Amino acid sequence: MHRLIALSLLTLVASLSLAQDKPKVEPWVCPPGFEGQTLHVFNWSSYIAPNTIGDFEAACGVTIVYSVYDSNETMLAKLVRGNPGYDIAVPSGSAVGRMIQLDLLEPLDLDKLPQLATISSDLLNPPYDPGNVYSVPYQWGTTGIGYNRKKVTQPISSWDDLWNYQGKVAWLGDMRGMMGIALHLLGFSPDTTDPDEITAARDFLLSKGDNVAIIATGDGQIMLERGDVDMVIGYNGSIIALKYSCECDDFAYVVPQEGSFIWVDNLVIPRGAPNPELAHVFIDYILHPQTNADISNFTAYGSPNQVAIDAGLIDEALLANEGIYPPPAIREKLFFIGPVPNQVDVLYSDAWDEVAILLSR
Amino acid sequence: MLEAQARRRQQRSGLLLALPAIIWLGLFFLLPLGIVGVFSFLTREAAGIVSLPFTLEHYERTFGVFSVVLWRSVWISVVSTVICLLIGYPLAFFIATRQNNWVRQLCLFMVVLPFWTNFLVRTYAWRILLGDQGTINAILQGLGLIDAPLTLLNTPFAVILGLVYGFLPFMVLPIYASVDRFDFKYVDAAHDLGANDIKAFFRVVLPMTLPGVFAGSALVFIPCVGAFVTPDLLGGTQGLMIGNLISRQFGQSLNLPLGSALSVTMMLIVMVALLAYVRLGNRRLGG
Repeated sequence: MHRLIALSLLTLVASLSLAQDKPKVEPWVCPPGFEGQTLHVFNWSSYIAPNTIGDFEAACGVTIVYSVYDSNETMLAKLVRGNPGYDIAVPSGSAVGRMIQLDLLEPLDLDKLPQLATISSDLLNPPYDPGNVYSVPYQWGTTGIGYNRKKVTQPISSWDDLWNYQGKVAWLGDMRGMMGIALHLLGFSPDTTDPDEITAARDFLLSKGDNVAIIATGDGQIMLERGDVDMVIGYNGSIIALKYSCECDDFAYVVPQEGSFIWVDNLVIPRGAPNPELAHVFIDYILHPQTNADISNFTAYGSPNQVAIDAGLIDEALLANEGIYPPPAIREKLFFIGPVPNQVDVLYSDAWDEVAILLSR
Repeated sequence: MLEAQARRRQQRSGLLLALPAIIWLGLFFLLPLGIVGVFSFLTREAAGIVSLPFTLEHYERTFGVFSVVLWRSVWISVVSTVICLLIGYPLAFFIATRQNNWVRQLCLFMVVLPFWTNFLVRTYAWRILLGDQGTINAILQGLGLIDAPLTLLNTPFAVILGLVYGFLPFMVLPIYASVDRFDFKYVDAAHDLGANDIKAFFRVVLPMTLPGVFAGSALVFIPCVGAFVTPDLLGGTQGLMIGNLISRQFGQSLNLPLGSALSVTMMLIVMVALLAYVRLGNRRLGG
């Protein structure tokens, strides 16, 4: 996922946070005894608020060494041959599953994370990490339809609006995600292990593919912006960010009413972290409503923190954006993509291969 | 006696001299090729894992569901090669017949010049030219030649354009070498014997420069069949080729046996095409 941020947001957020006066959230307090220590944080680029690191350093009297990456694969590659010294990493859900399989994660001591209680319950206990043994949510988002208002004049609210659109569309090159949407629409579990259901999902996608110009891996929003397609399946962040990159109002994003799959990036402690104690303190700090709201207000991704939302810490314009914070009726239809056994994963990739290749006929 | 001994010694030292090449090719060509061949018959256990027993399943899928991609790869490659030939031969002929050596060198330099820029960047640039709101559509619409933008990007047409653009130098250079070596006194002789220019070209010049044509066609056709960057960037869903399918299997899908079966099939296509060329070439050249 592209971590695109808009600098214009920064000024907006700054002015709004001055005006806010209703939050009833207690400020976060650092437990004593960590003065002079160092913490190594490894996060996606442009994925934290400007004050997050400095405030933590001041509160605890510690130093943070902050490094960034731009894909799960880059982060995994650094950790898979032995942790070079990171205390915190922020993998996506699927990467958490893989890291658990590869024994790359330190179990979390949830007793040391009192702020976890402020996190929205529907984002806890994900299928890739049942019981949040290794990971807690950092930021989250949806997958839906982005479209060009100038070309698409009818209202868009359903997956059928995309399948039946007379014009060019781009799909998302996310195997489990796309298969998951098809399975969900057919009424099956998005993590099904039944070969017949997987085949049905393949045939469903093949029957809906007549208007697909390309299956885009990561650059669908660029094709949308450039006018090569009118509609695209994509992650909310990358499409909402178009608004800021083109400084126009041509592009809209909706989560279809039937529901779609969500992505969650998670805080984890890599196996062999030099300072797991301080890492727990840092995670608790990030989970705190104020910290989490600051980050979400800056990145324009969804905050998993229910208390932050209820207390009005989230910028109103962002909170009103249904692409970032879907209304309850849609929110309850969102689903995770969970891990499946290796033998089943093979069925998914075979089916998706055939979709990707045979859409062309 | 002595002569035979000397010949044997010579043979032995020849073998010794060839040894590095033999080891190199054996280790880095034949052995991997053998592994790919064996893998193509193995059972796929899970992502990236293969096991016995042997199976024909991957070839069944290659020639079954994926045959549409095989067929498309072949026709796109043939069309691209033919277009390269139609553009490349006149161009090479033009360059080789310049009297001024300086002009000739400059022309050759210009043919090779695109190689100075990365192939990926040059192919990506075509996306900007061919897009619905790209340069070409903008010009055509500006001139009032079309009302709605033409769909150029994400079509087999775009792939062929990209392949011709990318591989044209491989056609021009061998033909240039052939024409350059051609002795134009033969054309004078043909004229003396009553042939006009056209007849002299088709009866004398073309047959004698055929080695260049065959070399150029092979050098264009082979990378076309295996292309995956060009169809990936320009073809969309309509222009996927066997190269894309193979890179998928060794990349995200990690289906090593299917990828191997597809690779073997691709090699067979290239081999059949080359054998046909060679047969044709030998007959034409009076071999």
